[in-house]
Amino acid sequence: MSIRARVLDALGTVYDPELDEPITSLEFVTSCDVSADGDVDLRLRLPTSQCAPNFAFLMAADARDAVRRLPEVRGVTVLLEDHCTDDEINAAVNRGQAFAQAFPGETEGELDALRRLFWRKALVARQSRLCEALLAGGATPEEVTARRAADLPDEPDARRCLELRGQLGIAREDDAAAFVLPDGGAIAAVDLRHWLRIARLIRTSLESNGGMCRSLLRVRYDLPNPEEIAA
Amino acid sequence: MYEKDGEKYFVVDGHIHFWDASPDNWVKGQEKYAKGWIECFHAYQGLGPAETHWPIEKFQKYSEEDFVSDVFDEGYVDVGIFNPTYLKEWYTDGFNTTETNARLAAKHPDRLIVNGRWDPREGEAGLRRLEEDAERYGLKGVKLYTAEWRDGSRGWTLRDPEAAPFLEKCAELGIVNIHVHKGPTIWPLDKDAFDVRDVDYAATSYPELNFIVEHVGLPRIEDFCFMATQEPNVYAGLAVAVGALMHARPRFFAKVMGELLFWVGEDKMLFGSDYAIWEPKWQVEGFVDWDYPDDQFSDYPAVTTASKKKILGLNAAKLYGIDVPEEFQLPTEAETPAAREDAQLVEGAA
Repeated sequence: MSIRARVLDALGTVYDPELDEPITSLEFVTSCDVSADGDVDLRLRLPTSQCAPNFAFLMAADARDAVRRLPEVRGVTVLLEDHCTDDEINAAVNRGQAFAQAFPGETEGELDALRRLFWRKALVARQSRLCEALLAGGATPEEVTARRAADLPDEPDARRCLELRGQLGIAREDDAAAFVLPDGGAIAAVDLRHWLRIARLIRTSLESNGGMCRSLLRVRYDLPNPEEIAA
Repeated sequence: MYEKDGEKYFVVDGHIHFWDASPDNWVKGQEKYAKGWIECFHAYQGLGPAETHWPIEKFQKYSEEDFVSDVFDEGYVDVGIFNPTYLKEWYTDGFNTTETNARLAAKHPDRLIVNGRWDPREGEAGLRRLEEDAERYGLKGVKLYTAEWRDGSRGWTLRDPEAAPFLEKCAELGIVNIHVHKGPTIWPLDKDAFDVRDVDYAATSYPELNFIVEHVGLPRIEDFCFMATQEPNVYAGLAVAVGALMHARPRFFAKVMGELLFWVGEDKMLFGSDYAIWEPKWQVEGFVDWDYPDDQFSDYPAVTTASKKKILGLNAAKLYGIDVPEEFQLPTEAETPAAREDAQLVEGAA
């Protein structure tokens, strides 16, 4: 596996915090050049010049961190392009500085709370897809809420749910509940359908935002326009 | 008006603009933002049907003739509501101001409603100006742009104590329709810039006012729906939802509409084209033809001809006191309340 392939793999673990999708599949990575000595030159792009600077910063900083972790990489330069705060973000990220240093005087803190809020939304949305599949397959609400983490299928939504639970500090051992409230609490069988109503709304929001971001990126960079992606 | 299959629709376009974003109007030193802003809008236009796309030069500044043709002659709009967006930090004469809108409206009496604006950061002078504007333009509504930059400040919220005198003044002057832009914004930096909780607070404090959340809080439609379901005086402005999704992402559009119909209800949804981002013509035609694509959506509330008549015009006509001729009215007053179920789990849900 080439260094570049490993760098791209690492970038596949960097998520758009708002959409909970990797920046690679969202096509936010414009280019990734790796020199023979292991210097990585990374260029990023977003659907609009006005995308929220906080999320833009997180993606640029996370991308740098993910690539720097690779032992074969000597240095990384991240260049976010065509964004209204690209100069501020690039300067801070490439110096390894925090968000508040990128925008001195304009923030009251770092972005951890914001990140956690969107982890919780992502967990709700992904769990709901798994729950709905079980109910559609004939499981009762009691059976669904009685499931354990060990019963989760080995597929992307379930793997991501466990990852998100780890990040949120929610138990994810084999005997922990398969589905939880975003504060880690249990979902009662009697509440399951109501919870799914709310979860579906959150999922619709994340999915339609993702769809809109993809559409805008295609228009902005004149990318090939594949068939309408099934929602 | 629009007529299809023997049904007549009275069209109130709740969200239209007449802007000037041409380079001559860019503030020196702020060109990056002025250019980026209008290019961002232009990209949104790209989400509509290809034959409705404009070149960027026309999109930066279009003529009165374009406006009249696109909105009235081709676009089926009976009454349009101008919602101003000043953005004077970036655009010398403003992007789309009440003054400019009023000059155009004066040429089309009874067809255009001019909304005002206020900004709590202007204090006492702002209150005086609101009174003057109310008198001059006969204001029934304002558009608030909480993310607008001003003298180093990059936004405010309806919870700010400084906002209270302005809301009280609106109630006093009969400016009952408070349109709040809760769509794509940038600031504040360290929080989620799309937060709608300040609308919740204001809607509870001022039950005599109507709060129309523009762009249905996209991209935080979930937060908007949870809030709207608990506040009887909160309405969904559909501008952007129709334009950005109906053509480009029809299945997502169906889900978003289904959720809005479920949580907010067809009596509290208002059509808006967001012209000139998108022309009203294809949106009105498409919306009248629209239904859920297949039975995967059977769980959502049905959408009927009556629902579409309300959303396209009758709901907004009520809020603005617009006389709607008998032929466009629904035969009997049939209100369909949305979900009133307890959304307390919401806080726990996300």
